[in-house]
Amino acid sequence: MTEDTVLLRMESIRKEFPGVTALDNVDFTLHRGEVHALLGENGAGKSTLMKILIGLYTPTSGKIWYNGEYIENNSVTEALERNISMIHQELNPIQERSVMENIWLGREPKNKLGLVDHKEMYRMTEKLLQRINLKVNPKQLVKELTVGKIQMVEIAKAVSYDAKLIIMDEPTSSLTGGEVTELFEMIRVLKAQDVGIIYISHKLDEIFEICDRVTIFRDGQFVAARDIDQIDTQQMINLMVGRELNELFPKIEMEKGETRLVVTNISDGKHFRNVTFDAHESEIIGFAGLVGAGRTEIMEALFGITEIVEGTVRVKGKKLNLTDSSVAIENGLAFLTEDRRKTGIFPMLSVGYNIVSSSIDQYKNKFGLLNPGKIREDSQAYIESFKIKTPSQETAIGNLSGGNQQKALIAKWLLTNPDILILDEPTRGIDVGAKAEIYRTISKMAYTGKTILMVSSEMPEILGMSDRIIVMHEGRVTGILENKNLTQEIVLEYATGVRDDFKNTVLSGKES
Amino acid sequence: MKTTEVTDIKDSNEIEVEKLEDTPKGSKKSPLNSPFLIVGILIVMAAFLTFMSSQFLTVNNILNLLTQSSIFGILAFSAQLAITSKGIDISLGSILAFSGIVAGVMSQRPEAIDKIIEGFPMMPIWATVLIAIIVGGLIGTVNGTLISRFALPAFIATLGSQIVFRGGALMISGGRPVSNINPHINFFGSRIGGWLPVPVLTYILVIIFMHILMNYTSFGKSVYAIGGNIEAANVSGIKVKRNLTLVYSLSGALAGLAAIVFMGRTGGSMQPAAAVGFETTAIAATTIGGTSHGGGISTVWGTVVGALILGVITNGFTLLGINAYIQQIVQGLIIVGAVIIDMRRNK
Repeated sequence: MTEDTVLLRMESIRKEFPGVTALDNVDFTLHRGEVHALLGENGAGKSTLMKILIGLYTPTSGKIWYNGEYIENNSVTEALERNISMIHQELNPIQERSVMENIWLGREPKNKLGLVDHKEMYRMTEKLLQRINLKVNPKQLVKELTVGKIQMVEIAKAVSYDAKLIIMDEPTSSLTGGEVTELFEMIRVLKAQDVGIIYISHKLDEIFEICDRVTIFRDGQFVAARDIDQIDTQQMINLMVGRELNELFPKIEMEKGETRLVVTNISDGKHFRNVTFDAHESEIIGFAGLVGAGRTEIMEALFGITEIVEGTVRVKGKKLNLTDSSVAIENGLAFLTEDRRKTGIFPMLSVGYNIVSSSIDQYKNKFGLLNPGKIREDSQAYIESFKIKTPSQETAIGNLSGGNQQKALIAKWLLTNPDILILDEPTRGIDVGAKAEIYRTISKMAYTGKTILMVSSEMPEILGMSDRIIVMHEGRVTGILENKNLTQEIVLEYATGVRDDFKNTVLSGKES
Repeated sequence: MKTTEVTDIKDSNEIEVEKLEDTPKGSKKSPLNSPFLIVGILIVMAAFLTFMSSQFLTVNNILNLLTQSSIFGILAFSAQLAITSKGIDISLGSILAFSGIVAGVMSQRPEAIDKIIEGFPMMPIWATVLIAIIVGGLIGTVNGTLISRFALPAFIATLGSQIVFRGGALMISGGRPVSNINPHINFFGSRIGGWLPVPVLTYILVIIFMHILMNYTSFGKSVYAIGGNIEAANVSGIKVKRNLTLVYSLSGALAGLAAIVFMGRTGGSMQPAAAVGFETTAIAATTIGGTSHGGGISTVWGTVVGALILGVITNGFTLLGINAYIQQIVQGLIIVGAVIIDMRRNK
């Protein structure tokens, strides 16, 4: 490519925060009409660089040229004026308004009287959607759209600003397969219109499919930039991690012990029905299935968060009356939830409190008053043994990084001394190095006799860690498989309902 | 090609790290953002008044100021409880009036000419106190049940109670003041040994109670947890519904206690229309004291300081002879100012 096809050149960008160098003299070049992947582990500096590009941060040093022009001072408004747009990972459209109102928000076309001209707005929207080949009714309310469509509307909005450079941050993280294909179509259309796209993703197969070039960062430093056809998956991972990755799943083979949990024919009346399984001491059971198969809902029901309308749950032979989560905790269950922010942490409360929050009754004296000294001591012990990076245990946990929050939550549940640990997507949002650490912890827990129920959407994780795999399809268990000679394909057949070992038991289940 | 999904980040760690790293150089160290700022404001106000009026810093005036602050001070804890749990209680004034009227009606002297229930015996004073607290607590429990079990927004539930129980107070008393209450009630407005005001003593006992409740009980901790993240509280084995109900029960019970102090201070009578809008001042006091309306953040000492700031304003303006209406304007401005500072601090 020649110099005049260069859309963006960032040279020797350095960004320091007190005590930390987030970016250390990195270079990045983007051409017109190029889809360029930015790759690196969490903390590698991708977001920092993008924030500099959209004017949120000022670099400590370094030079930026955009469209052949040297950029001295960047700010959010100036970046917008230069037609740089970012599609954020978490979208916040106005749910109750229509597609076109969302797109033209704040710059609605007006008629002579200065009132909003809806006809003109409709016409403009149609033209815009046509340009990027997106089939959505401009008058439809955003809340009626799927996440994928909302994302595409967001891209349409960026295009409506006449964006020359679009940054997409994890654009496929909540899309289905079909929606991903649709998104890629759209990216190809934009590419043909000479728009430069920076594509941040951890899904390497997607990067191979859609990107022309990849730049890899590690620990705030530039590692490599390659054309996509001159690199393979293994090289990418090695460049990203900076070391050879082996033994990702450090599973310890164990004889399983006595039966600990017996779930018989439970239903919640909505998300799952006739679920029957058991789990043993030292056993790891993986729950596989597609999104919406009802796996998380089963875990919530086992933990007393939602109601079971039918069936029984027994722990060590004792039938549980699961009115709320305190019953589950008393009977030795623990539940590391999928969405750390929504159902995990108390963001504004201290790290210390977060760690003891499920065990608080252990710290009562005979007057029913808490012993703050003992609480501090125990949480400090966990902070040290789990190497939770926090200025002090009084710090609000919301100020910690995601990985450290996750460690604190694991500490919280281990402090309740559980026999059965439910882990719902335990490695979501965690980079590859930390993943191995978490797998080791899980293995260790099983080794010490704990029963693990692990819901995961990542097939390698399920196959790598589980003793048995329970596969769900549309609220029903379709297979309970010993993890021997299993392949992704077999599990997928159960997950999609092609294979079903329990087809006939549904009826008998209802009779009993 | 093999599917290799290396990490699937929902929320990027590095963003959070940067947030943490980015703050120290900015606002955190500025004195404007210290949690002790409100203490400073209180001291500056007191110093200013000492300078402006020789009467301000006298034992008698300070005791007066504290006496005047005690009712709002107690109600401010009600407000703190509700707001910390991410709710609000705007029925405090009505609960105060209703529980005062009920307790008062049951404690009128037998020979009272305005006796509401003919022939009803005069309750002993301890029963009067208990009745007021229990009635307040029961109304609070109704509020709490509506909020926790029927999932009504706290504003709506307590708005309903505010209107219903104001109406109830008017209905029971026939719209007239209830007077000739057991003269022992005057004790709650009097001074022990000629100097220690009982309202202040009551307030101090409530402060100690609240301090222990919020810092040394699992209930107190759970209020912060529920306000901080109710879904996480549900998962953590906290009895959310029960404790949320209890928040409002306590809030109401404290308003019932405030009714006793109120009757003591008014010489043994209760107006059904008394205490209108007291919840506003109570909410203001705890808000100035750093209680966050986002839930999960508050301190007992902050609420005390907030109530004292409002008390000093009232007292000081009276001493300086400034128009009482201006007080209200200043109060309003202080609330907004306090919240702006608070939001900067919690950013």
